[in-house]
Amino acid sequence: MNFLERINITKEILIFTAILIVVPFVLQNEFHFQLAILAMLNAMICIGLNLLMGYAGQVSLGHGAFAGLGGYIGAILTTEYQFNPLLSILSAVIFMGIFAFIISKPILKLKGHYLAMATLGIGVIINIILNVEYEITGGTDGMAVDSFILFGFELFESMHWYIVVALLLVFTLWIFDNLIKSPFGRILRSIRDSEKAADCVGINVSFYKSVVFTISVVVATIAGSLYGFFSGFISPQEASFNHSIELVVMVVLGGLGRLYGAVIGATILTVLPQLLTAFEEYETLIFGLIIIAIMIFMPKGIVSLWDKILEFKERKFAKSA
Amino acid sequence: MAELFAFLLSGVTVGFIYALVGLGFTVIYNSSGIINFSQGEFVMAGGMSAVFLMYAGVPLGFAFILAIISVSVIGIILYKLLSISKDSSHISLIILTLGFAIFLRGLAQVIFDKQLHTMPSFVGDGSFEIFGAILSYQSLLVIVVSLIIVISLYLFFKRTKTGQAMVAASVNVDAARLMGINIKKILVLNFAISAVIASIGGILLTPITSTNYEVGIMLGLKGFSAAIIGGLGNPWGAVAGGLLLGILESLVAGYISSEYKDAVAFVVLLAILFFMPGGIFGNLKAQRV
Repeated sequence: MNFLERINITKEILIFTAILIVVPFVLQNEFHFQLAILAMLNAMICIGLNLLMGYAGQVSLGHGAFAGLGGYIGAILTTEYQFNPLLSILSAVIFMGIFAFIISKPILKLKGHYLAMATLGIGVIINIILNVEYEITGGTDGMAVDSFILFGFELFESMHWYIVVALLLVFTLWIFDNLIKSPFGRILRSIRDSEKAADCVGINVSFYKSVVFTISVVVATIAGSLYGFFSGFISPQEASFNHSIELVVMVVLGGLGRLYGAVIGATILTVLPQLLTAFEEYETLIFGLIIIAIMIFMPKGIVSLWDKILEFKERKFAKSA
Repeated sequence: MAELFAFLLSGVTVGFIYALVGLGFTVIYNSSGIINFSQGEFVMAGGMSAVFLMYAGVPLGFAFILAIISVSVIGIILYKLLSISKDSSHISLIILTLGFAIFLRGLAQVIFDKQLHTMPSFVGDGSFEIFGAILSYQSLLVIVVSLIIVISLYLFFKRTKTGQAMVAASVNVDAARLMGINIKKILVLNFAISAVIASIGGILLTPITSTNYEVGIMLGLKGFSAAIIGGLGNPWGAVAGGLLLGILESLVAGYISSEYKDAVAFVVLLAILFFMPGGIFGNLKAQRV
């Protein structure tokens, strides 16, 4: 066992890091950079959401709202109360973590459509509160967020943001890859495949469900608050039902229960609407058609294409041998 | 007292619309087990196409019929899409209906526009006075038509052969198939009926609250809440849930805060899910561990 294997640095993560290093050389302008950073932040949320949906089998239609609320907490603490941004994010993480753990108990007792509806309900309520309490949140118009100052160094240029977010994304991937391969990951999959069986072998199902829900909300909070600092602006749009739906679609589109599926899905669904703006008023219509087409022809997600290529190669190899 | 009565009346009016959306959910859910997230868009499509047919000079009654027919075709298209999907796992079917909802919103932007539209009341601008509260003819029409729909749907499922076949198919698909019931036809019919109910709701609502391409999102979510509050799968539950939501919403808007009006449906939904997960009508099939 070599050193890389021991600390679980996989081929995939090396290739992905290489791609992240090459990307800035391809990006041509400020807008491209913003898009890339946004895609990486969405990818982070999706990695967490995928752990909940793809590995533990629990649907959430409220993660956009959780990310948005986390973002608001971070933004308000720094902008209104002059907290250090890192401290703001930490406070947001602690608050959202406790919040998620508390609400997870009653929510995750529900299953299927009921679970989807409960998370959706909480998400919509959060969004309404953010819209109504304009004295704190700026209401529908949103609020400006102070810039991110890290150890006296103001993160201003897109390139700096790109490096910080890329490092964080690779780190998140590495952590989650470890989580998935650990006994914890096996427990999650056993819960997904059969809660009763998991219960019978002595797994505290409800505890593990709460933990995975909390982890996914915490990751969403980090990405959400970074988004506020990065764009210098946050609005209830970030916490809307539509954003929650987008995140779920990203995860399923990439491939449920596939670590890199979440990244691919997030990248495609962040970039695609920008490409579609060229079609002007047909944008939404085409976006809907693409989602329908993928769900009909590739319900296992885009990553499943890769599996098919591998399978095809193997068959070819078997024939020639 | 008059004030309270006025809130109750407007709550009942809106409540019947939620009930119709919830009924539409229930019809599709019972026959296919699918939660149709584009139900709200069916409502929007009904209202919007009626408005634009009216603008085009089509006589009102004829415009309604055309709008209802086109939405039922949309419902059947959704069924076809769901049935050719390679994977029948719940999550991918849910996302397919979400994609269809986005598609319908996009279609409405292209065919119609992004503006708010309204229609004149179908029965004149007159109104009654009941205990000092005013009930417009249009509100009365909403209540009467909704009641007619609910009752005729009940009679259809209870008294007609097709209706009984549909009930049989929802109870046990395999047994129904063995009895010679054409399940595919039944499903197509269910999607069409659901779309018809939704589009009638959309048309009835337009003169009262006006409509635009986005109006379906909230209506769909509230209708779904109504269905769950009453007990998912129970048509009477959907009606009761819709009425309860409409009345509570109207009371909260009147006495507490009009800004938090939209949150009522979801607070009630969460309370029901946490404390009576089977809904107020206690559906025994409720999935709770």
